[in-house]
Amino acid sequence: MATETVLGVFAHVDTTVRALEELRARGYHDLTVYTPLPVHEIEEVLERDRPVSRVRLFTLIGGLTGIASAFILTIWSSMVWGLVTGGKYMQPVSGGGISGSSLPPFFIIAFEMMVLFAGFGTVIGMVVLGRLPRLRPSASYDARFTNDRFGVAVHCAPERTASVQELLRGSGAEEVKSR
Amino acid sequence: MSDNRTTSPTFADVNRDVLRTLEPPGNLYFAWMCFVALLLAGFFVAWTGQVWWGMGMAGKRVPQMWAMYITTFVFWIGIGHAGTLISAILYLFRARWRTSIYRGAEAMTIFAVMTAGLFPLIHAGRMWFAYFLLPYPNQRFLWPNFRSPLVWDVFAISTYLSVSTVFFIVGLVPDIAALRDASTGWRRRIFSMLALGWEGSDTQWRHYRRAYGLLASLATPLVLSVHSVVSWDFAMALVPGWHSTLFAPFFVDGAIFSGFAMVLILMLPMRHFFHLHAYIQEKHLDAMGKLILVTGLVLTYFYICEVFTSLYSGEHIEKASLFWKVTATYAWALWTMYFCNCVAPLILFWKRARTSPVILYIVSILVLIGMWFERFNIIVPSLGHDFYPYTWGIYYPSPTDTMIVIGSFSFFFLLFLGFIKLMPSLSIVEVKETIPPPIRDRAHGH
Repeated sequence: MATETVLGVFAHVDTTVRALEELRARGYHDLTVYTPLPVHEIEEVLERDRPVSRVRLFTLIGGLTGIASAFILTIWSSMVWGLVTGGKYMQPVSGGGISGSSLPPFFIIAFEMMVLFAGFGTVIGMVVLGRLPRLRPSASYDARFTNDRFGVAVHCAPERTASVQELLRGSGAEEVKSR
Repeated sequence: MSDNRTTSPTFADVNRDVLRTLEPPGNLYFAWMCFVALLLAGFFVAWTGQVWWGMGMAGKRVPQMWAMYITTFVFWIGIGHAGTLISAILYLFRARWRTSIYRGAEAMTIFAVMTAGLFPLIHAGRMWFAYFLLPYPNQRFLWPNFRSPLVWDVFAISTYLSVSTVFFIVGLVPDIAALRDASTGWRRRIFSMLALGWEGSDTQWRHYRRAYGLLASLATPLVLSVHSVVSWDFAMALVPGWHSTLFAPFFVDGAIFSGFAMVLILMLPMRHFFHLHAYIQEKHLDAMGKLILVTGLVLTYFYICEVFTSLYSGEHIEKASLFWKVTATYAWALWTMYFCNCVAPLILFWKRARTSPVILYIVSILVLIGMWFERFNIIVPSLGHDFYPYTWGIYYPSPTDTMIVIGSFSFFFLLFLGFIKLMPSLSIVEVKETIPPPIRDRAHGH
């Protein structure tokens, strides 16, 4: 089914919120909202039935990878290149396990690598989930949305375009266009 | 925009005012840039000389093999901390006054850590072997000793630089998108690439906000850990004056103290020349002044603890080291430090001093001098007067290491001066968050 996009440009936060509430009340859920900054009131309307962003999963995986690789690196490399610390080598014990007295310093390396990998994981999460980088602007984007205007793009069936336009105008959009 | 505007700026004003900071600079800017570049040339000449003729060009000799270079390294790492404190910890605490200064402070962090990163290379001499510091498989099957604080330092500082840079770039993306939409021609093409196609759609903001909060939480422990690890370079050694559990909190507090001073040194001229009085207001200066005062008082407490611990220890060598520092060759450096770090900031108890740019500027310069001398006093006199009289010695700086230390400031300022003309030095998005959003019908809601 072909869909059409109706874009309403708003100058105020309250009119944008009103339009979003009305759109949702009438069952329009395929919306894209453009804001120059994150606005609490708008997020409240949009996030009502959405799960929390999955970026944190990327952070967790990154952090755990960091801890694991730090311990593998430090323990393995001190086993292959034995330095006596605390009177002992770090070495594998016959029958399993590792003997040695120098694990505590490795926690520092593990902490640093956890932060490093978790940080990279977070950014990868943001880029992947936020569908960045975008090579060309989306059809409904307008340069004013990084300045002082708010945009509500409604993706709907062509026969409902007129009523959506009416709704956006009625709730205070200063400009309505469709394509 | 006039400087004495009473109403708060609108969203469009913010865009316009930030864009205005990116206009082609005037003669004063170029004059300052030339001066800085000249100093930087001196820095490279001195460094080249040291590489060519050898490490003897630097003044460091046994027993002070850690001298000006490591002093300045610790100094620059410390400067970075205030930026991360402002951008991460104050973000998590929702301290709204941070918004107008955080971008500059974050840039300062990255440039300060980059400047600091030069010093281990300069100090070690053959910097083309710097990769020996990293763990990598090699045919000799040698690995770094992970029990050494110096290796912890490599990890701590490279993590700090990487995470700060990532955090900084993530914060820049929506602002670069705003610049892209306001510019034309080749500038627009460059900004388009850097903005990654940012549009400010609800999906983008949703993940962005979550990612930003997580990065802030990751950077927060770094504020405390990086300088703690740097302090262990000293505290893990047995040298009298170094071997103390006090060092980690002592270093972290000193780092934040000096960092705030550097933030003021950068922000006050920026506010003046870019006419940013509507964004960096007196209340911001007041808050910064209070933070310098508090960290300065905490530092004074640590100085007292340090002296007390040494006297109370009953340890002959510790007491001798302290007595020598306070009275002998380097006493002038110690007393300069006490004056600059303990006495000078006390003027900030007075509210008029906290809101006066001139007084704040003078105090900040004194704090930076004091904090440089703090690191000098930890490193040089401690090494010069340890357990055994035969190894005692006095350090004399040479023209080479003096020029390199002075030149490091020019390296830092050149990066910062370049940054403020190429990138938004005020966060467009975060400043907008602090001004009241446009509301049409005030009667409804709010």
